[in-house]
Amino acid sequence: MSLSNAAVTVQTSDWQAVCSRHDLVAQSGVVVWFEGRQVALFYLPEHDTPVFAVDNQDPKSGAHVIGRGLIGHLKGELVVAAPLYKQHFCLSDGRCLEDAGQSLQVWPVRISGEQVEIGLA
Amino acid sequence: MNAATTIVPREQLIIVGNGMVGHHCVEQLIERGALSRYALRVFGEERQRAYDRVHLSEYFSGSDAETLALGAAGAYAEHGVQLHLGEAVLEIDRERREVVTPLGRYPYDQLILATGSYPFVPPIEGCEGASRLVYRTLDDLDAIRAAAANARRGVVVGGGLLGLEAANALKSLGLEAHVVEFAPRLMPVQLDNEGGAALRAQIEALGVGVHLSRATQSVAAGEAYRYRMNFDGGEFLETDLIVFSAGIRPQDALGRSSGLEVAARGGVVIDSDCRSSDARIFAIGECASWNGSVFGLVAPGYSMARNVAAALAGENAGSFVGADMSTKLKLLGVDVGSIGDAHGATPGARSYRFIDEASSAYRRLVVDASGKRVLGAVLVGDNSYYDTLLQYVQNGIALPADPAALILPQSSGSPALGADALPDSATICSCHNVSKGAICSAIDNGCGELGELKQQTKACTGCGGCAALLKQVFEHELIARGVSVDKSLCEHFAYTRQELYALVRVEGILSFDEMLAKHGRGHVGCDICKPTVGSILASCWNQPIMDPSLVPLQDTNDTFMANMQKNGTYSVVPRIPGGEITPDKLIVIGQVAKKYDLYTKITGGQRIDLFGAQLHELPAIWSELIDAGFETGHAYGKSTRTVKSCVGSTWCRYGVQDSVQMALTLEDRYKGLRSPHKLKFAVSGCTRECAEAQSKDIGVIATEKGWNLYICGNGGMRPRHAELFATDLDDAGLIRIIDRVLMFYIRTADKLQRTSVWRESLDGGLDYLKQVILDDSLGLGAELEAQMQLVVDRYECEWANALKDPEKLKRFRTFVNDQRPDPSVHFVRERGQRRPIAAAELHLIPTTEEVL
Repeated sequence: MSLSNAAVTVQTSDWQAVCSRHDLVAQSGVVVWFEGRQVALFYLPEHDTPVFAVDNQDPKSGAHVIGRGLIGHLKGELVVAAPLYKQHFCLSDGRCLEDAGQSLQVWPVRISGEQVEIGLA
Repeated sequence: MNAATTIVPREQLIIVGNGMVGHHCVEQLIERGALSRYALRVFGEERQRAYDRVHLSEYFSGSDAETLALGAAGAYAEHGVQLHLGEAVLEIDRERREVVTPLGRYPYDQLILATGSYPFVPPIEGCEGASRLVYRTLDDLDAIRAAAANARRGVVVGGGLLGLEAANALKSLGLEAHVVEFAPRLMPVQLDNEGGAALRAQIEALGVGVHLSRATQSVAAGEAYRYRMNFDGGEFLETDLIVFSAGIRPQDALGRSSGLEVAARGGVVIDSDCRSSDARIFAIGECASWNGSVFGLVAPGYSMARNVAAALAGENAGSFVGADMSTKLKLLGVDVGSIGDAHGATPGARSYRFIDEASSAYRRLVVDASGKRVLGAVLVGDNSYYDTLLQYVQNGIALPADPAALILPQSSGSPALGADALPDSATICSCHNVSKGAICSAIDNGCGELGELKQQTKACTGCGGCAALLKQVFEHELIARGVSVDKSLCEHFAYTRQELYALVRVEGILSFDEMLAKHGRGHVGCDICKPTVGSILASCWNQPIMDPSLVPLQDTNDTFMANMQKNGTYSVVPRIPGGEITPDKLIVIGQVAKKYDLYTKITGGQRIDLFGAQLHELPAIWSELIDAGFETGHAYGKSTRTVKSCVGSTWCRYGVQDSVQMALTLEDRYKGLRSPHKLKFAVSGCTRECAEAQSKDIGVIATEKGWNLYICGNGGMRPRHAELFATDLDDAGLIRIIDRVLMFYIRTADKLQRTSVWRESLDGGLDYLKQVILDDSLGLGAELEAQMQLVVDRYECEWANALKDPEKLKRFRTFVNDQRPDPSVHFVRERGQRRPIAAAELHLIPTTEEVL
């Protein structure tokens, strides 16, 4: 099985395993250390795209907390609510729904066998 | 060159008096643009700017001068109105057209007297100081409060409307209150004999002494109390203070001294344009006498103020044609209403009467000789009939076939004259003269919210008596316009929190997924509905919140059972029930804080907060705390927080009950209870109230006989004094009532609604809540208690539960693939402890640059 983050159109053949599928928490987020960055992984086992990878740093507070946010579905988009000030970011492309000036970097990510892999852009 | 701007010198307008009516006149002048013609100067004798005298007694139950003040502080200055407070006008020099104050002389072209009235104190021998108090101004109230400080008993002379208000004020100051009235019944002006008797019975049941047909002859030194009041006939009553509320007299001294015509019974004589015998001088409100009558209510005063303002603004002013003196009040918690010809004085008038001696309720309906129109009514004990009856009188609506039905108890609530039955001309708010038509046109112009409607039309911003009717008209009109009020929780649930709660209960729903599948839209939910449903599930079934199906519902603090701070680290609060802690446990907290280098601070709820823990440190910290016997403090949850207490009778020389033991009992019972918002409790061991229980959701204060329960208080942003709910309860009775109150709150409150806001939004207010909880009017009591018992029985420390399960602990990793702590978290030391680094200080820290 190989499903990549749909909205990320980066072509990559260079995938790096970051953790095991069992490290993920269903309907919620965990954080991995990836190439010196903090990346939040959100896992929706029943969804077409079961895993999303976004920057863990909240642009508004500066704190690395996005991975601890609540997942939701708003206006047709899967989103995460930042835990401190509750602004919403689209999981697919990192866009902030409330403030166009904020956004989160996103990475291609897939589940390959028991491994979770992030694509090197 | 534009020569069109000629400067017309503005005339000088002076208003003497900055009470409710004077203030309303200023507002009306501003609103009608009259300030382009007049330079306005206002004199107020009191230090405070205009305040709400109708709600004066609230000064003793939580409101301060600023809360009672009318209008914004800078509103006068903003419009160039010169306000002279604390500057009494001594004299009007009509010849030179000047007013004279101790500070100077001010010219006028037009003058408005709005000096109000003063309390009448009959000449009684020996009356002075604390035996000659009055109830009119904030300064008067301060004097009463000072006199009450060392007093046990207080007497009010005068059993009218204001006298009973004053008695209520004495009661709220903790005094044993008595009312002495000269007439043979209470509220002789508004009530008939039977109404007066019903009111007396209800007031006596509240512990207020009522002494009728008594004339006070003299006041002398007392034996058991400070003073002795001697009545004619040889009887006496002892008391520590006396408040006179035996009627008001128009404050017409300026009119008299300047030679204006003054009525025989007092008051500056005015015509229908509110003009005095000097055409340049108007008089409005209680200082004026129209057609031989002085109007001691706010609505007629406002109506005069409007007319004068309109005339000065050059509009077609209406004339004052008398006023409806109907009133609806709650006196000492008892509903009293008087409408129109309450005494049936109209020739040929006939009455219907309803008397319920069991509950001391009384209603009288006065109809005209033809039996077609309502002339008046008297209500004691239940004012839900008032609005409808008033509309019958004011709008001359034809009586139904069976007029008695209008005052008879209804199995399905009081009869309501549907909002659609009212003509457009019907007055909804008599204080501001707002008609139903005006409300409809505001709605037509896009006003879709009740608060906004009040702001725009001013309806319900005077005495507030029309609140229920206004809401009814508003909702009816919205529905009539096909507007449905959207109360959906979010885009996933077209239900309110209360409706979702009922669904969870009725259908026994155990998970969010089940709820969403059965009653929602989509498959995910959002950060509004997930925590809301999670909270309801916890309130109903109290399953551990770390169960896999419940974890994704919790907001971040609940998910990790700690409070996230601004830099993403957490604070940890172990439960310290009642604020009582052994030295050994205190040492453990100190050791844990030291080991993990946690910033340590005492909280307002008598606990200790440990800041700066990273996610991966939480399980280790908690396992040490739990080993030492601590439990989670739920500081992260919308749930029971703390029960604050004083040391009580165990140590304190004033304590009358063991407040610490009660605090422990309450905290043990309600810990872990999840609710629409956080819950704070306190228990005080005596009336000195050192635990500040009256600022809590649930406040308990010890009495000689047991416990008094106060509910729905709040500190914080919008402080609210808790209200006395039940008195002298034993331990079991106290807990039973708290069980019921809390479960009823959980059942009926909106999401994130504190008890204080919930209580204020309850239709029927405190009385309704008392009926439901104390009288069990809905038959819910046993069910609410059983539901609380289930939650209590299922309590388990969430942290202890999580520590037992490696699966649950998997989440407490800063990185799931790396052992390092969050490298972006930096601290500096200040006053011997760590604190998060400020953004501006960050560049001072030598950090390894991240390779991007």
